[in-house]
Amino acid sequence: MSDTSGTTGAPSRADFCVIGVAECFRGDGEIMANPIGTIPAVGGRLAREVFEPDLVMTDGEALLVANGIPLGVDDPAKMVEAWNPYRTMFDVVWSGRRHVMMGASQLDPYGNQNFAFIGDPSHPKVQLLGMRGAPGNTVQNVTSYWIPSHSPKVFVEQVDVVSGIGYDRAAALRDWVREHHELRRVVTNLAVLDFEGPDHRMRLRSVHPGVTVDDVVAATGFELAVDGDVPETRAPTPEELEVMARLDPKGMRAQEVSG
Amino acid sequence: MTDKRMTEADVVGELRDGMTIGIGGWGSRRKPMSIVRAIARSDLKDLTVASYAGPDLGLLCATGKVKKAIYPFCSLDSIALEPHFRNARQSGAVQTLELDEGMFLLGLQAAAWRVPFLPTRVGLGSFVVERQPEIRTVVSPYDDGEELVAAPALDLDVGIIHMHRGDARGNGQYLNVDPYMDNLVAMAAPRCFMSVERVVDTDELASSGPVQSMLISRLMTHGVVDAPKGAHFTECVPDYGRDEAFQKEYAASARDPDLWSAWKAKYLDCGDHAEYRKVVGL
Repeated sequence: MSDTSGTTGAPSRADFCVIGVAECFRGDGEIMANPIGTIPAVGGRLAREVFEPDLVMTDGEALLVANGIPLGVDDPAKMVEAWNPYRTMFDVVWSGRRHVMMGASQLDPYGNQNFAFIGDPSHPKVQLLGMRGAPGNTVQNVTSYWIPSHSPKVFVEQVDVVSGIGYDRAAALRDWVREHHELRRVVTNLAVLDFEGPDHRMRLRSVHPGVTVDDVVAATGFELAVDGDVPETRAPTPEELEVMARLDPKGMRAQEVSG
Repeated sequence: MTDKRMTEADVVGELRDGMTIGIGGWGSRRKPMSIVRAIARSDLKDLTVASYAGPDLGLLCATGKVKKAIYPFCSLDSIALEPHFRNARQSGAVQTLELDEGMFLLGLQAAAWRVPFLPTRVGLGSFVVERQPEIRTVVSPYDDGEELVAAPALDLDVGIIHMHRGDARGNGQYLNVDPYMDNLVAMAAPRCFMSVERVVDTDELASSGPVQSMLISRLMTHGVVDAPKGAHFTECVPDYGRDEAFQKEYAASARDPDLWSAWKAKYLDCGDHAEYRKVVGL
């Protein structure tokens, strides 16, 4: 057992998810890291505090802030670096200097993403958010996904609607898109996945401790690439657990992923 | 000197069945709700609504005003999915043009610049381009010969926006951190009607905030509606935050027709914005 020091206790499943998210941004340098969701926000901010100090991050709205803002705290102190209203955000997206982590209602083996609707376009069974920025994000900047509940309903052979484009669709487009399209990772409550399988199909990269490869395969509605022995997602260091406690003082990450 | 002040009812009087109306704000933030409610109470029909959508689109769908929705999302922010819009979509009641958020911006910009489209890669390979014949592509005339998306101009008949401050001549000022695309909504239409939290003297605008906050010039507007709490229940900081309790009640009213009838009778059929403020206690 590693010593997790002090009051932070043994790392939870949510803590491993945070590390899985943070590792997505390793090596990104001075670009905008834009993780959307509770665990993504903690993970992205942790990456900047611990090993990727030049990342540029928003306050969730129109400001770029240099400090790690704690989640769920009213009126946190902000060290504002720059103004980044929505209109400017599209300039950033289209410049390519951004790595976004979005959610998805459905994802297929090549990373095609849907969060627009399920069923017939003119009379959908379930109306979801809409296209949001997914078509542009996936063509113009690096994209990762966060899936808090890994299940065959999310990981499907074919998505109902393509909002964010996957590797097979990017391959069918012109050179520029093929060269710039990158889906980095998919982090879930069970595992970390990437697109380093055959033909950029989704591959199991690591499982969180307490999860088996079979668990992930069973929770995935398509054939997942699995290479040999799959490692466990690395544990947070004592320093990282302290940073997590500071960035998420109310433990909101445990509401997103339990255990 | 033209005084552009008018009421919500005057704005509705300028609208016609079948028009394309662009609405400013973003999600459940700084929406011109007093004008939206006036439209919802009117006899207007078959509208096309273009919006970074929230309860503006939801309410107009719930009252049967919308023939077609052009939108990149429809959300109440703190409630992720707009339930009245979902009802309309899931019953097949509205036609749609699904756009990416950035493509929507380009569409407004194209309309404002009076060009038919702006080129982009946004949308390539996705439902937006591949499943909607309204969205077409164009081949670059330069040596690269790349096929690009021709994001179509969102040619509005009318734009409606809500600002924090404005003067009687139609200058407008926002005081929150994000202007959203409100100046583009204004310029993408031959006519724009602007509601404001407070009508002030022109020289008060420059003392209310930095000059950069004076986003809307009178070149862009054709009517000014004095509407304190005009964005309620959406967010209009720093004047007021989102009324989350009221928004929850609005969202819950989508659950069944009886709840909706009760909500509509209380908050919509009550009358104009002054009556609404009394009923809500604003």
